[in-house]
Order: sequence, then C-alpha cells, then structure tokens
Amino acid sequence: MSSSISAAETPTWIQEKLFLGMTWREYLRSNYTPFNAVVAVILIVGIPVIIYRLVYGLGPSTNLSDNNPWGIWIGFDMLCGVALAAGGFVIGTAVHLMGMKDYAFLFRPAVLTGFLGYLFAIIALTFDLGRYYRIPYPMVVSWGVNSVLFLVAWHVALYLSCQFVEWCPAIWEWLNLKRTRKIFIKATLGATIFGVCLSMLHQSALGSIFLLMPEKLHPLWYSDYIPLWFFMTAVTGGLVMTIIESAASHRIFSHQIKHHDPEHLDRVTLGLGKAAAVSLFAYFFMKVVGLAHGNNWGYLTTGYGYLYLVEVLGFVLLPAFLFVYAVQNRLVGLVRAMAIVTALGIIFNRLNHSIIAFNWHLAWADRYVPHWMEVVLTVTVVTIGILTFRWIMNRMPILYEHPDFEPEEH
Amino acid sequence: MDGTRRDFLKILTAAGIGGLALGGSRDAFGDALNLPGYPNQFGVLVDTTVCIGCRRCEWACKEANKLPNERSLREYEKDQTVFQKIRRTHADTFTVVNRFNNPRDASRPIYVKKQCMHCYEPGCASSCFVKAFTKTPVGAVTYDASLCVGCRYCMAACPFDIPAYQYNDPWTPEVTKCTFCFDKISKQGGVPACVAICPAETMTFGKRSDLIDLAHKRIQDNPGRYVNHVYGENEVGGTSWLYLSAVPFNMIGFRTDLGTVPIPTFGKPFLSLVAPVFVAIPALCMGFYSFKKYRDKMTQDEIRRALEQKEGK
Repeated sequence: MSSSISAAETPTWIQEKLFLGMTWREYLRSNYTPFNAVVAVILIVGIPVIIYRLVYGLGPSTNLSDNNPWGIWIGFDMLCGVALAAGGFVIGTAVHLMGMKDYAFLFRPAVLTGFLGYLFAIIALTFDLGRYYRIPYPMVVSWGVNSVLFLVAWHVALYLSCQFVEWCPAIWEWLNLKRTRKIFIKATLGATIFGVCLSMLHQSALGSIFLLMPEKLHPLWYSDYIPLWFFMTAVTGGLVMTIIESAASHRIFSHQIKHHDPEHLDRVTLGLGKAAAVSLFAYFFMKVVGLAHGNNWGYLTTGYGYLYLVEVLGFVLLPAFLFVYAVQNRLVGLVRAMAIVTALGIIFNRLNHSIIAFNWHLAWADRYVPHWMEVVLTVTVVTIGILTFRWIMNRMPILYEHPDFEPEEH
Repeated sequence: MDGTRRDFLKILTAAGIGGLALGGSRDAFGDALNLPGYPNQFGVLVDTTVCIGCRRCEWACKEANKLPNERSLREYEKDQTVFQKIRRTHADTFTVVNRFNNPRDASRPIYVKKQCMHCYEPGCASSCFVKAFTKTPVGAVTYDASLCVGCRYCMAACPFDIPAYQYNDPWTPEVTKCTFCFDKISKQGGVPACVAICPAETMTFGKRSDLIDLAHKRIQDNPGRYVNHVYGENEVGGTSWLYLSAVPFNMIGFRTDLGTVPIPTFGKPFLSLVAPVFVAIPALCMGFYSFKKYRDKMTQDEIRRALEQKEGK
C-alpha cells in the first residue's frame, strides 16, 4: 500500500492512520467498489428512516401496538445480536482460561466482533426505547433491582466495557502507545473472567425476560429452562459466528497476514466445528428435557408444533450430525455451511421466542408483522456495524501481530 | 506462581465486590418481590350481571384523567356501534366496556368493564428496570412517568394486556393505564370516578377483604344467579378489582388460564442465581487457570529434566 506514495514525501499521521497511507484523493478513489455502492444505497434509504423514527416517533415508523409492544428491534437486533456476539466470550474462555493456544489468533477478531455486536445491539435498542435519551436511567437514576431487564442493562453495559478492555490493546498498538498497552494486557485475564460471569448471566437473562410471560409465550417455547436454553445457544452462537467471521476475514483481509496459512485455519475451524456439535447435542437434549418437563408433547402435532420441530430438528439436530460428519471427514466447507445454518437457527429461535410464538393467543389480525421502516432501520444498523468492523480491520492489528510488539502474555 | 496467586486474590475480591453490588443489592432493595399484604387496601367489586352498558364510566374516566374527550356523556350513552368490536385499553382510554352474548338470555347481553386489575403482586412492577410502578398500600398500582425509559416490558409482562403506550408522541411518550383514581381514594371517603358515576351500582368500592366476603355472600344468597367464582380473588395471586359473573368467565373476555401464581414469582429463581454466579464462577475459573499453569510448569520441568539426564549420559 505504501508503494502508492511517492518517494519524496513521507505520509502524514492522518494519511498513515486514517487513509491507509494514501492521499485523500487516492483513498477516496479506492472506495469506489461495488460493495460500497450497495452500502451507499442502504445508507441513503436508511439514514432518513432513522431520522424519521427519531422525529416522528414509534407510531408512524413501526407496526408496534398496545398488544405487541416489542418487534424486530428487540427480537432481532437485541436478542439475535447479543447471542451471535458471544464469540468474544467463548474464544476468550478457550484461549485465556483454558490455554488453548492454537485458537489464540482468533481472539482479537472474535472480541472485536463481540464488542461491535454488543455496541450495535445497544444502538439499535435506543431506537426502540420510547425515551432513548434516558438510557442511563437504570444505572444512575432509579434501580429496579427486581427486574431481569435491570440485570441485562447493567451486565450488557459492564460486558461492553470488559470487551473493550480485552480488545483495546489493538488500539494502543495502532497508536503506538506501549505503556498503556501493557496495562491493558495485564487486565485481560481479569476482564475475561469477569466477562464469563457477565455473559453467563445476561445471555440467560435475555431469555429470562420471557419468564414473566407464561400466558403469552407458546408452551413449546416457555419453560423454566429458558435461561439455560438461551445461554447454551449463545455459546453455540459464539462458536459458529467465529467460524463464519474467521472464514470471511481470512478471505477478505488475507493480504494483511504475512504467513497466511489456510491449513491452520482449517484445522482450527474443524476444532470449532467439533465444539459446535457438542454444544448443539447438549442443547438438543435440554430441549427434549424441557419438552418432557412441561409435558408439552401434545402440542407437537399442532401448527406451532411443526414450527417447533423445524427449529429443533432442522436447525439443531441436523447441523449437529452434519458437524460430526464434517469433522470426521475433514470437510471444512461443510463445517462452514453448517455454521451458517446454525446461526440462522439461532435467529429463528430468538424470533420464535419474541415474535412468532409470542402472543399466540391473539387473533391473526392483532398479531405483529414488522413495518418496512423497522426492517430498513435494522439493515442500516447492521450495515454501519459491518462498515465499522471493516474500518478497524483495515487499520488495527486484529488479524496479524504488530511487528513492534511482543505477543500477549499474562 | 506468586504473581498468579496475587492476581487470583485480586480478582476474587473484585468479583466479590461486584457480586455484592450486582446481586447482593437485591436483598437491600428487594421489596417489590415480597410485598406486604397491605391488609387495608381498597378494591372494587364489579357485578357484571347488573351492568347496563351505558359507558358513563368510560366518560367519567376520561374526564377524571384529563384525557382527550370530544363527546358528551349523552353521546357516550347513545353510541351502540362501539360494541361491535371487542376493545382493549389504549393510550387515551384507560377503561372500556365490552358487550358479550348472553347464552342464558340472548335479549340481555352482558356488559363487562375492563381496566387495570391492580394486582397484589404486579407483573408490571417486577418487570420495570427503573421502578416506575409501585403497589401502594391503598391498593392502586401507580406509574411514575418521570422515571420511564419506554422499554415497554411492563406491557409485555401484564397478564391482562392493560398498559398502553403513547406511540405517537415522539419525544415524551408515556405508558398509560388506570390509576385507580389514586389521589381520590387516598383521601378519606374518596371513590374512583367510574364508581361514583355508575347509575346501576354495578361497582362497589371498599376494602378488598370486605368485598371478598360480599362477593361470596352474593353468590350464596342468590343461587343460580352467579357462577361460583370471584374473578380476581386468586388470579395471578389476587387483584384489587374483583368480578362476579352469571356465565363462565372465559365467555365474557376473561382469561381463565392465568393460574394463581403471582407473575413476579416466575422471575425469582433466576434472580437468586446472580450472586452465586459471581462468587462461584471466578473461583472455578481461577482454580482451573492455576491448575493449568501448574500442569504446564510440571510438563516443562519434566522435559528439562529428561533433557538434562540425556545430556548427563
């Protein structure tokens, strides 16, 4: 990249840090890509929608109603976003607590994905809140300590800070701040352990929100085991998202890695696939236990029962077996495909809990279907998240080790 | 090893403090889950066999709560078209009267007033993460808009689908619901606006415990008139508003599958896990970590010793 700079001038700080060593003009020109064209269209439609929501309120911009107070901004952006951002916590546990050094190179991208996942889930949430400007209220104004949501609010905020601590050595390396980096590296172990506690609790707490709605959530999804189910699927979500994210970034950003070794990534992907299979089987058995515990077998032959079977057989048991098959036959491509199937299954599960099997007692006319602006806003927030991810990946040492710094040890 | 041990203690202490702050605080503030019975709380007994469907209560409610109301009392009484659909509460309507077919006598439909039930242990109060809802000793469940963030969990957690939201207010939307005319009933001799205006004496305001006795007495004194069920006596742990009916309650728009467990109880087991997680998980993690470090060191020592032996020979 530095080849594009003429030998006479050395790049300024801004050129080097922000424009990837190019001049402003070159940088601008380098952004004319088909991908960015799609992004531009999304932003041109999406940003006015965000402004419309903020100026005119939830009424005209959503299909929310008094019967259906929560839509896809909760069901997808928040519930799916947080579950699929569990990679930081899962890989952090494997690398820093269990000492699985083979996976260490996945830690930074996983934590970055996790951090941004949480950050943008919270950003999406603010659009859902009626008075978004009061978002710090549960922290500083009034403590509703008996609410599961209070726990979620605190833990998500704290966990965001934890992930920031885990990830920001990359910032200090980018800005070449050696001493600051050292302090934060020392804090990694503590942040990881604190993060494990926080993740266990808020991942399960997101499910526990529905414990207060036994009369609204379909019995096939309502159970005393909701907290456990949500936690287990979050672990799976973390694993499969790491598989997907590492495959994508090692393809897109492969030029950044000096000793790019696809075989090593394949080996690690198979390992993650094996872990995903174990977590899916465990989850499947907990689902069966839940079914037996609630004695809800009778519902299986109803419409909702078929939906439930599609979810549990098609998106849990099937990928679990195929993961095993793929790992045994070393089919890395199949592992990646199953990771995508599983991630879709988790999204399906969260939408079932929050929207599809929720308020099942109401007549169809009273049920919720998202407004197009809700969909557009969701797509926009995800897009901005991906842009942020790319911006950081292009600048900071996430995939590679910074040549001026020693590898992390604690 | 020493460094590890010091880190271990540091983290354990931090975790303990964190656990105390995040989980332990529940005990200090944990009142909404263990509500006192409030033995003197008020209630209203609604006798659906008496209601004539005049909707004066709807009008009075709007007036008392200063809700937008374009129509006169007379117009409310005349308008029969609203009964074509079953209605629910909305942002500017805290109470509605619905009409149901009477299977016993088709010429005399049954009218049922709907509003907040003012639960003993309200789901809305236990769902609120800023404590905007309070079960007051007089019985009213009140809402403090100055705290509300607008997450609408209360609406999802209400088993009776009562709280509504001002979706069309972009800047200061509020959750709305029946206040039980809290200001009025807090004063000596005060009565809710809907009860005061009712021309048919459908509603009886009084101490809830007295109303329970009254309800059972009416059932006993008028054999055949009522089904033997006081709705609200035990539903979701009991509500301040109580109902009598001539037909099974599910035929006049009530959910009879709610059970008798208060909604907050469903969240309790999970909340009690918080403190233990913050104590046990760091301990387990650090134990595992130290064990692994020790094992690595042992392996390295063994390799070194083996190498030394080899060189020694």
